[in-house]
Amino acid sequence: MSKISRRDFLKSSGAAAAIPLMGSTGNVLAKENSQLPDTGIMLDYPETTVSNSSQLPVNKAINFNFPDKNSPCAVIRMGHPVPGGVGPDKDIVAYSILCNHMGCPLNYDSTTRTFKCACHFSMFDSEKAGQMVTGQATEDLPRILLSYDKASGDIKAVGVDGLIFGRQANVV
Amino acid sequence: MTQKIKDRIGLPPVNAQKTNMTCHFCIVGCGYHTYKWPVDKEGGRKANQNALGIDFTQPVGSLQLSMTPAMTNTVKDKDGQSYNIMMIPDKQCVVNSGISSTRGGAMGSLMYNDTGASKERLKYPRFFTGDDWVDFDWKQAMAIYAGVTKRILDKDGADQIMFNAFDHGGAGGGFENTWGSGKYMFSALKTKMVRIHNRPAYNSECHATRDMGIGELNNSYEDSEVADTIMFIGMNCYETQTNYFLNHALLNLQGATKDKRKKWFPKESIEDSRFIFVDPRRTNTQAICEQTAKDRVMHLQIEPGTDTALFNGLLSYVVEQGWQNKKFIAQHTSGFDDALKANQMSLANCSKITGVSEADLKKAAEWAYKPKASGHAPRTAHMYEKGIIWGNDNYKIQSALVDLVLATQNVGRRGTGVCRLGGHQEGYARPPYPGPRPAPYIDQEIINGNGKMLTVWACNSVRTTLNAQQYQAKIIQRSNIVRDALIQSGGGLTTEQIVDVIYDAVSNKGGLFVTTIDLYPTTFAELGHMMLPAAHPGEMNLTSMNGERRMRLSEKFMDAPGIAKPDCLIAADIANTLKALYTTEGNADMVKRFEGFDWKSEEDAFNDGFRKPDGIDSQGGGTGSLVTYERLRAMGNNGVQLPVKEFKDGKLIGTEMNYMDYTFSTDDGKAHFLPAPWTGLPEPVEKLRGKHKFWINNGRANHVWQTGYHDKYHAFRTERYPMAPIDMNPADAKELDIESGDIVEVYNNYGSTSAMAYLEPDMKPGHTFMVFGYFKGNVGEVITDWTDQNVLPYYKGTWADIRKVSSMSGYKETVSFKRRRYS
Repeated sequence: MSKISRRDFLKSSGAAAAIPLMGSTGNVLAKENSQLPDTGIMLDYPETTVSNSSQLPVNKAINFNFPDKNSPCAVIRMGHPVPGGVGPDKDIVAYSILCNHMGCPLNYDSTTRTFKCACHFSMFDSEKAGQMVTGQATEDLPRILLSYDKASGDIKAVGVDGLIFGRQANVV
Repeated sequence: MTQKIKDRIGLPPVNAQKTNMTCHFCIVGCGYHTYKWPVDKEGGRKANQNALGIDFTQPVGSLQLSMTPAMTNTVKDKDGQSYNIMMIPDKQCVVNSGISSTRGGAMGSLMYNDTGASKERLKYPRFFTGDDWVDFDWKQAMAIYAGVTKRILDKDGADQIMFNAFDHGGAGGGFENTWGSGKYMFSALKTKMVRIHNRPAYNSECHATRDMGIGELNNSYEDSEVADTIMFIGMNCYETQTNYFLNHALLNLQGATKDKRKKWFPKESIEDSRFIFVDPRRTNTQAICEQTAKDRVMHLQIEPGTDTALFNGLLSYVVEQGWQNKKFIAQHTSGFDDALKANQMSLANCSKITGVSEADLKKAAEWAYKPKASGHAPRTAHMYEKGIIWGNDNYKIQSALVDLVLATQNVGRRGTGVCRLGGHQEGYARPPYPGPRPAPYIDQEIINGNGKMLTVWACNSVRTTLNAQQYQAKIIQRSNIVRDALIQSGGGLTTEQIVDVIYDAVSNKGGLFVTTIDLYPTTFAELGHMMLPAAHPGEMNLTSMNGERRMRLSEKFMDAPGIAKPDCLIAADIANTLKALYTTEGNADMVKRFEGFDWKSEEDAFNDGFRKPDGIDSQGGGTGSLVTYERLRAMGNNGVQLPVKEFKDGKLIGTEMNYMDYTFSTDDGKAHFLPAPWTGLPEPVEKLRGKHKFWINNGRANHVWQTGYHDKYHAFRTERYPMAPIDMNPADAKELDIESGDIVEVYNNYGSTSAMAYLEPDMKPGHTFMVFGYFKGNVGEVITDWTDQNVLPYYKGTWADIRKVSSMSGYKETVSFKRRRYS
């Protein structure tokens, strides 16, 4: 059974990959969008419009909730293409802003463009797909998967790569 | 674990098996629980439907748990059944209180799974036929290994049989395995030609403090919660003893333990605590502390290798001020006057040598040693690690530090202590080492063509040694002589004939027969001829103690891969094979030497060693017999702090702090001051400093454990550090046209290695910091062969030049080069 690394996934979106499930009883549905391989590996997320590419300022974290009101997230336009970025300039990314180590709120530092946790001092690089710069998490920061509609400029949240803190499954 | 899209995990059902696990990795030894249940079952989200007892129908609040995909896995037992596992930190464990680190938090996903991160684990013994690695069963592997051993032992003596061996706790260690391997090497074979996993001889990293009567782990983590001042010396505990720092020391700086301090010391004035960092480098630990309380944190940014001068200057100043404890010195110590005379150093001279201003030296002395408003001496803990252990003359620095500590009575009182913070957990129980002190410099013996057989046991010592390039070149050359002999020998050989070929190559042609006993095919293993597969905690029951001497039992919950087995049982297998060979020969004397290995399980080895402490060297001391697996299991993840005082009311009662009665570990019970005059840098190091531009400081990083034996296969780690990073000052880098992500060569007369440049403004010009022991980029290759009087290396002491080799666009695209210091 093959598994894909986050980096490989970001490099080759659309590639098929089989992911083992841990006996989940969740409602597993295939998603069809610009970022996801069609492998039936994602939960059924409520597609949610989070912003419009024409309205996003550069380097400012705009908060939204996804996939429900208890899950704070932030979308940022970086101003230059970044891994996993969507939009006309491939520079729009979004993340869960609960630290995936122990759930403390993350603050976006626009100087370093990192998300920082004041509890255990983990830092995640918003320009490198949420890679943990240093800290105590065991995975990179959960990344909100976005779709971009060229005609309207709408940015929609369609899924999550990584487990949001405090949940058995991202969709409760 | 390969990071993958994973947005849910399975919960353990209510009836899941639950066992205790102490983290395999760093010395802190965080407590975890392992849950295991059939692969086709899953617990529900309601609190009464899962074994965690947590309600997941709503999101769980922050700090209530740490449960991540990396903590889960699916494993298969020998019965063919698959099980889900989850390994999560234990909230009731006093060490970590439910906090996981980035290393321990990944334990679950690193347990063996034939499609997971650990799929490269050794399942069977492997033998190199000369052109191919083939799998053997234990019987055939032992026939060759014991056959070669016997031939050398009989004809050339035990000194030709050499080992590079672990001596610690945690994975690749534990009381069971240090005993099994030690009994084999020291009692049965009786060889003294052994080096330890990270240094080229059989020695202690703490000879000086032990000679002075103070074992190096003498306080509890709780003492860092109640200290007035902590002096952190050459260490970076946020990254390397993470939950000691987060769950104990930092709470003190934050003021969270002030009530406890008032309660414990009601007659003393209790001010906000202060931290002093002694280090040429501003570490991430210091950066975090400055965020917490900048005005109560100071940095004594000494010049490399000048620690001894610093402690001597502080000691002289303390005595000038009359802050030493005269009564304690008179009653409980000896040698103070001689040491003071030898160590005498004016503040002006100290400042000149260390580069720290006189004002800062005075301020540090006041924080650490000036009597408090209530008249009491401050309770100052001195916590050190590789800056001293791998510093400029281990024995001398440690002597100078402990002199200062003794003069100010900062030992044996709660809130004090002079302790190493440690790397691995501990777990030492062995017969006495049969060699002298100083012990033979084994790497040099190998380089000089001595030794016919080398067994590399649970370490990868081409990656964790000094002068590594010359050492590795010699290993390759001598190993290849045996490989050539095997390939030239033709086919159809009997086991006896294979042994003949190997023996001829090592005794007549200068060859070296190399065997590794390990979890993985390591770098060293790939240079050798035989690999023997070992097990780690969880696949065996294993006991260790942490940095506050807290002993726990990590319980077996799954089978080891293939026919891999615990090191103690591998030792027994070797000894029993040799015993059988000598029995056949009718050699009663030799049969007797290899007796006493009739162990069926690791518990048998534990009972044979740790529980029979008479005449052996054991960290359990003389009361080891009070400890049983059953009693430890009942003590859970809090275990017991060694030495055990008694077993009472069903509980093991331990020792929180040593030397509270001021009876020290010397013949006369007094602590002994040792003279430690400042004498500068060793000559070979001073020569390098004059010749090369960059100081190549080196050490550990948060993400990486030891030699990266698991990390090498773990995408979360390798994507972060595809090779060993070297922190450089940006202006220095610019001069050499180097950017973050470039591959650089680091080189001097001793050798050359490669690293990934990582620009960091906190690095002083001319200073660098390279990750040590990593699987790609080996800093040991540029480190001198100089050692202290006990053959302890000065890993931190080398200078080299740096040049850009190539620009690495792949690294630049995917690796974060953001500053690692919290701001």
